[in-house]
Parts: sequence; structure tokens; C-alpha cells
Amino acid sequence: MIIKKNKPVIETRRNVLKTLAIGAGAAAGASILPGFVRYAQAQSSAPIKIGFQVHRTGIGAAYGRWYDRTTMAAAKLINDNGGINGRPVEIVAEDDGTDPKRGAEVVEKFATQHNCDIGFGTLFSHVVIGSAPRAGELKLPYFVVSEGHHVASGMLNRYTLQPGITDVKSQVQAMAPFVASTLGKKVTMIFPDFAFGHDHRDYFSAAVEAQGGEVLAKIAIPPTESSFTKYFPQIPSGTEVIYHVMVGPAVLTFVKEMGEFFGPNRPEIFGFIDSLEAVDLGSSGLEFLEGTYFWEGNPRYAQADQSEHDKFYREAVGVDDNGASISDPKDVSTYSHMFGCWETLHIVKAGMEAAGYQGPADRAKLIEAVEAMTDMPLSREHPQGAKRFNGKTHQTFGHQYISRVESGRLVLAHTTSIEDTLYPDETDYTTQSF
Amino acid sequence: MDLGPYLFLASLEGAVTAAVLALTAVGLSLVFGVMRVVNVAHGEFFMLGAVLAWWVASLAGGHPAIGFALAVLVAPVIAGAIAAAADFIVLKRLDYDPENTIVATIGILYIIQQTVLMTYGPDARPVEAPFSYRIYFPWFGYSAYKLFVIAAAVAILLGVWAIMARTRIGLVLRATQLDRETAQAFGIPVERVYALVFGLGAGLAALAAVLIVPIQQAHYLMGGDPLLLSFIVVIIGGLGSLSGTVVAAIIIGMSDGIISVFFTPTLAKIIATLLVAFILVFRPTGLFGTRSA
Repeated sequence: MIIKKNKPVIETRRNVLKTLAIGAGAAAGASILPGFVRYAQAQSSAPIKIGFQVHRTGIGAAYGRWYDRTTMAAAKLINDNGGINGRPVEIVAEDDGTDPKRGAEVVEKFATQHNCDIGFGTLFSHVVIGSAPRAGELKLPYFVVSEGHHVASGMLNRYTLQPGITDVKSQVQAMAPFVASTLGKKVTMIFPDFAFGHDHRDYFSAAVEAQGGEVLAKIAIPPTESSFTKYFPQIPSGTEVIYHVMVGPAVLTFVKEMGEFFGPNRPEIFGFIDSLEAVDLGSSGLEFLEGTYFWEGNPRYAQADQSEHDKFYREAVGVDDNGASISDPKDVSTYSHMFGCWETLHIVKAGMEAAGYQGPADRAKLIEAVEAMTDMPLSREHPQGAKRFNGKTHQTFGHQYISRVESGRLVLAHTTSIEDTLYPDETDYTTQSF
Repeated sequence: MDLGPYLFLASLEGAVTAAVLALTAVGLSLVFGVMRVVNVAHGEFFMLGAVLAWWVASLAGGHPAIGFALAVLVAPVIAGAIAAAADFIVLKRLDYDPENTIVATIGILYIIQQTVLMTYGPDARPVEAPFSYRIYFPWFGYSAYKLFVIAAAVAILLGVWAIMARTRIGLVLRATQLDRETAQAFGIPVERVYALVFGLGAGLAALAAVLIVPIQQAHYLMGGDPLLLSFIVVIIGGLGSLSGTVVAAIIIGMSDGIISVFFTPTLAKIIATLLVAFILVFRPTGLFGTRSA
């Protein structure tokens, strides 16, 4: 009896607790449910918002203009083919002024104000380095198109990925054998004095030394510099090859003044096309480049063996066979970099589809889906060439191109294999928690 | 490279810097000397000159020399007219109060910069040099146009000197500089003189930019460096002293060229800024300045 008497009391208490729990659950359910239902209804039509961090002003403006055109063309293509998971893609563009501080603010705006699903599209390495930590804190997947080695080096976080463009370390490593064997072993490097340039300095000098070459001098130039002749006397007289890479609004001045300085007695010259991205190769003062070599991320001039995919991509973005805008032949594209936006958006689409992405709650699933990717064949989605993505380091690897200036055009001279660009992993982001 | 040619190249580079700097800084110094206005927007008038030069040159077409010649004539006049208008609309209403005009010219700086960004765009655009001849010394090649810049700047500075020293306008300017109220009492239209001086100062900066734009390129952010260097030069030379400004421009330009070539451009800027600090501490009136009344 006593037990019997006690039992109901206990049961009652339990029941109360249960009822409370159910009530609380129901209340929570009731409060969540309408929202959920609304969301489920909206699912078929609400756009996937992609925050596009674009260098519309500042020293990266020329790149920004073309990153914008490429991104819009890729989004249009995706939308014309039914969007992502049946939802349209909406590009929310914000100018970061090519400024790291502004970059972090833009990322914050994407996450909290625009309610973007992801952030995307940053190029300049100092802006990426300034923005990525904030993206990590806000748990916003951040797909950069930057070339910097900072992703693969482990410097950033699990939310930052670079699946659509190769990094400087792999590029220069693939260039070093060509430079050392074809052009010369005594190299002088000229590079911009910030993270991107330092990647060149560190990884190219290591790579060329591995080829039995030697870097005689490393000349760093501030990316905002406007006059360059004063730097050229630092080039040692024994230099066989000048290795140059420059960015910013004054790149044309840089290359012109290099030509003026050397005159007809120039050493061999190997440049990264960054030094002349968005610049017409026919500009007066660039004649001396005839016979010199350039790294290209993607050949600017349509080559004899142009793939159908490059043809399609060129047309979709509005670029002619000389790498300039269809509407203005003087408006030269940043062809070696902007394909990264196109490819990254298609990777985001593939990742969201693989993850069954519904909304911000699935951000971790999206990252895991992209991390699981490996080989990406040459295709309409990857017009620059096949890629191999490393999910641990969040970095993609791909073919690199070396072109020679012939009659004022860049003609493809050598294509590296993907294997030429590989290096051992330096980090494993998949071990970081979300 | 041997020391001799090395020094030769450094001096050439320094002379180009000095020439352009002297023109820009004389404009700034003139405005301060006559109006007692610290024009923070001076670098933007420089930029405006370069952008207008691009605009004129791209409209002109034909041989690059035609576009360049037109730019030399048109760009400084338009930049000067804009400056004169800014003086009339803004600075005059502030009664040229020293503190207020600094803030106002900062505002003008942003208005000009952002207007150029919105219209001309964020790109760097080249203007072709009137001639592309190169001189090949035994050790290095050098653009003949840069030597032309030096010569042109010297000629323009001589012209400015002649105007100030030998013409009636110069007399009026000097009178206004010496004592505004007395000048007014003697029937000098001080307000119009001020507008003229502000326009002239901006015009000189714009002219310097027209000369430099075939070497560099026109870009909406290019006004920063000339502004900083002009201030350095004007402070070292003595605020309001034109001859002091020219001497200081030669010192700063040459040392910038030589230090940049032998060491680094950053060191050149550090030394120039340090020099300003020492001048302010030990000789606040500058090398050639006189104590203002």
C-alpha cells in the first residue's frame, strides 16, 4: 500500500516532468514549426545568396571588374540550367576597396545583414588574410579565388576554401624547371612587397635552387609604387633571367620602364602575367617583350588547339580571341585569374547538390561535401583544365601554362602536368571542428 | 652596375622627381603664401590634371603629340577653373579661417576623388608620350621624355618667377601676400586675387601631372604621394617662400632619387619625413621662410 501510495506520487511527479517536457517541446515545436513551414514553402523559390566580395575600387579594380563579369556569367549559366537544388542563385556583390579592413566588414555584412549562404570571390591575398578569420568566426563558408598559398599553408580555417584556382607555391614550383633548363640558372626576382609577392619570393627561390639554379637578388617593390627605374640598378650584372611579377595600377609603367632600362641588351625575361593582366600587350613601349616568356593561369589568346570548353566559357563571359572584351578591344581581361570565379561557383553548386544543401544550417555539410571532392575533369564547368582538389588542405591543383610572346601575341609554349604542381600537405583542416 | 653610372641614373631619376615636385609644391606654397590656406586637396588637383590629360588625349586621337599638347593647354585651365570655383563656393564663405579651410579642403579632396572614381572609374589609364625616343647610355637606357620633363619644369618655373617678379599681376599677388588689408585699402580686389591664386596653384599641380602622366598613368588615387611630398617640401623650404620651395624640391627630389636607388624608396621617405621633423623643431620657419606677421 505504502509502495502503491508512493508510486503514484512518483509517477505523478514524473508525469508532471514528462508533461512539462512535452509541453516545452510542443511549445518549441510550435514556435519553430511555422518558421520551418515557411522555410519549407520558400525552399523551392528562395534564392541561394552568394556574397561576392569584389575589388571594385582600390588597387585590385581591374581584376574586380573581370571577376564581376565572370561571376555574373557563371551565375546566369547556373540559373539558366535550373539553379542549385532547384533554387536560383543570387549574387550579392559588395565592394571591399581591395582593403583588408573593409574586407572583414564585408564578410560580416554577408553573414549578418544580407543573410548570405556563403562568401565568395576574394582575390588579393592581404584582403583574404584580413577577411578569412572573420568568416571562420561567423561560420560562413568562404570560397576565395586568390592564388595565395595562405589557404594550403594552414594559416586560415576550416571555413575557408580555394577549390577553383591553384596557389602560387604550386605554380612557381612547376615553373622553376622550365626557367632553369630553358632560360638560365642565375635569376633575379622582382615582386610586390606583400603576402602574394612573398609567396613568389620564398617558393620560387626554393624551387629554382632545387633545380641547381641560384637567385642572385630579390627586389621587393611596394604594390602602390608608381615609378620603377630606381629599382632596376639593383639587378646584379651576372643575371641571366629576370623573374618578374607585379600587381597594382602601375604594372604597365613597371614593364615599360624595365624595357627602357635594358634597351636591346636585355637578359632573358620570365614574367608572371600578373605584371600585364588587364593590359594590352600591344601598348607602346612593350615591344621589347617579344621572345620573352610568361606564366599564364589560362591562355589569354585563343590557341590553335583551343578546347570547346574554353570557347564556350570565352563566349559566355564576353571575351574575344585576343582576351579582350567583345564590346571594347582595349578592355583587356584578367584571363589568367578570372576563370577561378567560374569554376568555384560550379564547385559550390556541385557541393550544395551533393550535400542536399537547404540553408545556413547545412553550411558544415557543404564544406564536408567540397572536402570530399577530388578529380575534376576538363569540362564546361572547368574550362581552364582538369583539377585535383585536396580536401585536407582546401586547395586545388591544376595545369599551368607557359607562353612566349610572338608577334605581340602570347603563344602557348609549354603546359605542365598536375603532378608538376603537387607538394606535401602542410595542414589538415578536416581535423578542425566546425 | 659600377658606382659612376649608378649615381648617374640615380641623379637622373632624382632630377625628374625634383622637377615635378617643384611644380606641384610651388602651387601649394603660392596658395599658402598669399591666402594662408593649407590646401589639403592639392594632390587631387594633381590627379585631376592627369585624368583630364587622359581625357583630352583620348578625344584628340591622331599623333600622341597632338593630344599631349592639347592636354598641356586644357587640363591645367579646367583644373584651375574648378579650384577657383571651389574657392568662390566654399573657402570664401569660411572667411579663409585657417582651421575651417583645412577641414573644407579635406572635404574637397574627397569630393574630387570620389567624383573621378564615379565618372572616370577605378582603372589606371596610360597617356602616350608625345615622343617615344630612348637614349642608350653604355650602361642603361633612358627615356628621352623624362629629360624633356625636367626641361619643361624648369621653363615653367622660370615663367612663374617672371610673373611674380616682373608683371603687374605678380605685384598684386605679392602685395596681397604681404598685407591683405592694406592691399584692399589700395584698391586691390582681394577676393578675386584669392580665386586667381587658388586656381593658379591647382593649375600648377595639374600641369605637373600632365607632364608626369605619360611616365606613370592616370589613376584616381594618385594624388596622395604628391600631396605628402609637397607638404614636406613646402615646410622645409619655408611656408610661402617660392624660392625656398624650389630649393627644397631639388633637395628632396634628388635625395629621394639617390637614396631610392642606392638603398630603398622607403628609407628615402623616412629620411624626408625626419628632415621635416628636425626643421620644425630647429627652424620652424623653414630654410628660406620669414616670420609671418
